Amino acid sequence: MKPIKQIELGDMGHIALGGAFLGTGGGGDPYIGKLMAEQAIRATGPVPVIDVDDLDDDALVVPVAMMGAPTVMLEKLPRGDEAISALRALEAVLGRKADAIFTIEAGGLNSTIPIAVAAATGLPIVDGDGMGRAFPELQMVSMTMAGVSACPMTMADEKGNAITLNTVDNLSTEKFARSITVEMGGAGLIALYPMTGAEAKKATLRGSMSLIHNIGKIVEEEQAANRNCADRLARELNGIRLFEGRVMDVDRRTTGGFARGTAIIQGLDSFEGREIRLHFQNEFLVAETEDGTALATTPDLICLLDLETGVPITTETMGYGFRVIVFGLPCDPAWRSDHGLQLVGPRYFGYEHDYVPIEDL
Amino acid sequence: MIRIGVDVGGTNTDAVMMDGDKILAGVKSPTTEDVMGGVAESITKVLDQSGVPAAQVAAVMIGTTHFVNAVVERQHMVRTAAVRLCLPAAQCLPPMVDWPDDIREAVGGKFWLAKGGHEFDGREINALDMTELDGIAAEIGAAGINTIAISSIFSPVNDAMERQAMAQFKKRLPDANFTLSSEIGRLGILERENAAIMNASLRALSAKTVQAFTKALAQVGLTCPYYITQNDGTLMNRDFVQAYPVLTFASGPTNSMRGASFLSGESDAIVVDIGGTTTDVGALVKGFPRQASTTVDVGGVRTNFRMPDVYSIALGGGTIVAGEGDSMTVGPRSVGYRILQDALVFGGDTLTTTDVVSALGLADVGDTSKLAGLDKAHLENAKARIDEMVHNAVERMRVSPDPIPILAVGGGSILMPDTMGDLNVIRPEYYSVANAVGAAIGQISGEVDRIFSLEKTTREEALAEARTEATQKAITAGAHPDSIELLDQEDVPLAYLPGGATRIRLKVVGSMNG
Repeated sequence: MKPIKQIELGDMGHIALGGAFLGTGGGGDPYIGKLMAEQAIRATGPVPVIDVDDLDDDALVVPVAMMGAPTVMLEKLPRGDEAISALRALEAVLGRKADAIFTIEAGGLNSTIPIAVAAATGLPIVDGDGMGRAFPELQMVSMTMAGVSACPMTMADEKGNAITLNTVDNLSTEKFARSITVEMGGAGLIALYPMTGAEAKKATLRGSMSLIHNIGKIVEEEQAANRNCADRLARELNGIRLFEGRVMDVDRRTTGGFARGTAIIQGLDSFEGREIRLHFQNEFLVAETEDGTALATTPDLICLLDLETGVPITTETMGYGFRVIVFGLPCDPAWRSDHGLQLVGPRYFGYEHDYVPIEDL
Repeated sequence: MIRIGVDVGGTNTDAVMMDGDKILAGVKSPTTEDVMGGVAESITKVLDQSGVPAAQVAAVMIGTTHFVNAVVERQHMVRTAAVRLCLPAAQCLPPMVDWPDDIREAVGGKFWLAKGGHEFDGREINALDMTELDGIAAEIGAAGINTIAISSIFSPVNDAMERQAMAQFKKRLPDANFTLSSEIGRLGILERENAAIMNASLRALSAKTVQAFTKALAQVGLTCPYYITQNDGTLMNRDFVQAYPVLTFASGPTNSMRGASFLSGESDAIVVDIGGTTTDVGALVKGFPRQASTTVDVGGVRTNFRMPDVYSIALGGGTIVAGEGDSMTVGPRSVGYRILQDALVFGGDTLTTTDVVSALGLADVGDTSKLAGLDKAHLENAKARIDEMVHNAVERMRVSPDPIPILAVGGGSILMPDTMGDLNVIRPEYYSVANAVGAAIGQISGEVDRIFSLEKTTREEALAEARTEATQKAITAGAHPDSIELLDQEDVPLAYLPGGATRIRLKVVGSMNG
């Protein structure tokens, strides 16, 4: 995989598709962020992408993101400068300017928002992220494992409110910030986990922007050639085609602010006669056979793709009769540590599975 | 009730006469340039053939692709002012931001943003500013624009601001046409606003079309009311279609599937509609087409209409069979509407799928003596390929392992075998006018789609409230109160948000009054 060196207007389609893929069913539609980034790139030109190793050790790296309900953002579009307001507020607290923009979450809406910010501010974006996918809470990042604090964190809305948080740990940051998003109308733009270049080199996952772009490109090329994209994704990304079939039932329920549920998928073609269950909480977290044997579990990635088009399907839109590919991708090795599995392993989400790497299942 | 169903297609305008559940006659006429000539002709023919006096016809139901074709061809759209109530939010992506240039130009590309809009929980983002709206009205008037689309953030939750802004604009622009996004679309402001702008820009065409339908009916001596079918197979009266032409965009495939269901008496089935160049395969669930999951582009514009999930392949009665042996191909090219000149069986010199089934004695069309001398092994090879193509498409659309039937409709359905894998094929009587039958059996509906807070009510109470609201809408639209039943409901909890906000979509249908 060739690293991406700059993001041009024509790259945004691939990035939005790849971002939706790494959303693993959650994270929201990257479409709004894609349109914003396209507008900014049209106005100011391509966004330079730099490797984390190219950062000076004392450079200031700032991740920006949307926090809250992506559904809200599809209706209440941003004013446009909220993320920059959050960034400027954080710079004021720190008393210095940011040198590069960072992506906290490579999946969903948050895969494209930072590109819009980088384009609008003229800053480069780092080829990396904090999750390598989408996760629902802000402490679920590699920076937490590396002991980097989410604070000082700033949040901004379209009305001009800008709020700074200083909390005792990253889980507390999540709790306070979540309630502020509700007051902001369900979603806010945030800047957090300010890091030096030296910290970023140790605390972040690498190559995420290149990966997103590459996935989008593969899906689009295979679709254009009328081929099932799963073969090439498996070959080039070290992924696994876990299953192909029809969604036979989706059972949804809400507990603790999470959209939880289970989907039953019945096999087609070479998977005929078999059935699997997918458990989700905003994102797909566990795939298991009828007798409960795990096929893949969080933090490994479980992606649901439309069988005909390869387009990723979210847990919110998935419904009876959808024809799907269930695709698995190994997570970043950092998540497979004890600390990583404490943060995002199957037991954290309440499933009775011990984590086993997807390639060993 | 005696009624006429009409389907205005690209090639043919079909009409059926129905009395209750009985079909009295079915006819086909060529579609005319002005549309109305073909409608008048097919209605005249079906009156003749059935012997029913015009005075006994209680209603005419028309399915038409007129409005969606206008958008696809960028024709007949008028300049429209898009007004979004949103400030200070939503400045980053203005109305029509993601439209292809040619269609944005077709509607003039003019927009205004104003203070207003609601949060998801009903709080105001900002109050309306009447002075600001007066200024916008003056600018719209000065630009000579007479058609206005108004959208407001979270208007599916609260439509008050869109209504108040319309009332304010009317003071200065008393003759303007208005489309409110809350009346058309669902959550997702860009998609809903897109639909509202397209709808507004088609208002002039819809007024003209409604008048022309009225005239065509009067011309053939019909004085009864008429209705237009909408995306979900339910009916709109003439005032409604004049106000909401976009709601007809997907009515074609819907009518075909609903017609197939009615003709066969099956409510859960796969429908295969074979025309001259393409085959559309869809699935019926409880008598209604299964809906597509993704956003749907109409003429390059993103919308969130609910459209039937249809899988199309390049196979029809005019599809060309070329090559020999292992290199034999079926399609994708087709002789299309030239089948009556080009196919072997009609005296032409191109081997088509219709020739293949005729030569094998599976269909009786044209002059089979012209097919003598074709190699039997080659024909059987081609037929096997045709069956395989349809079978693959059917398997893709199949929603359960249960042996549900396949309903074959459309002029090209002579290509279908009697069984396909473990499924039986039913080719109902009047299969070639299934679309017109689908129009004739249209029902009246009412729909609710918005976010409910479950903090003070239970899920069941919220669903009941939604159902009452939808029922009221259906009755207002002309449904008989006693016939109303629940068609579809789903509730999706909003992710990433505490407070039990849940989005409920619910639809009821009932039969027409009278």
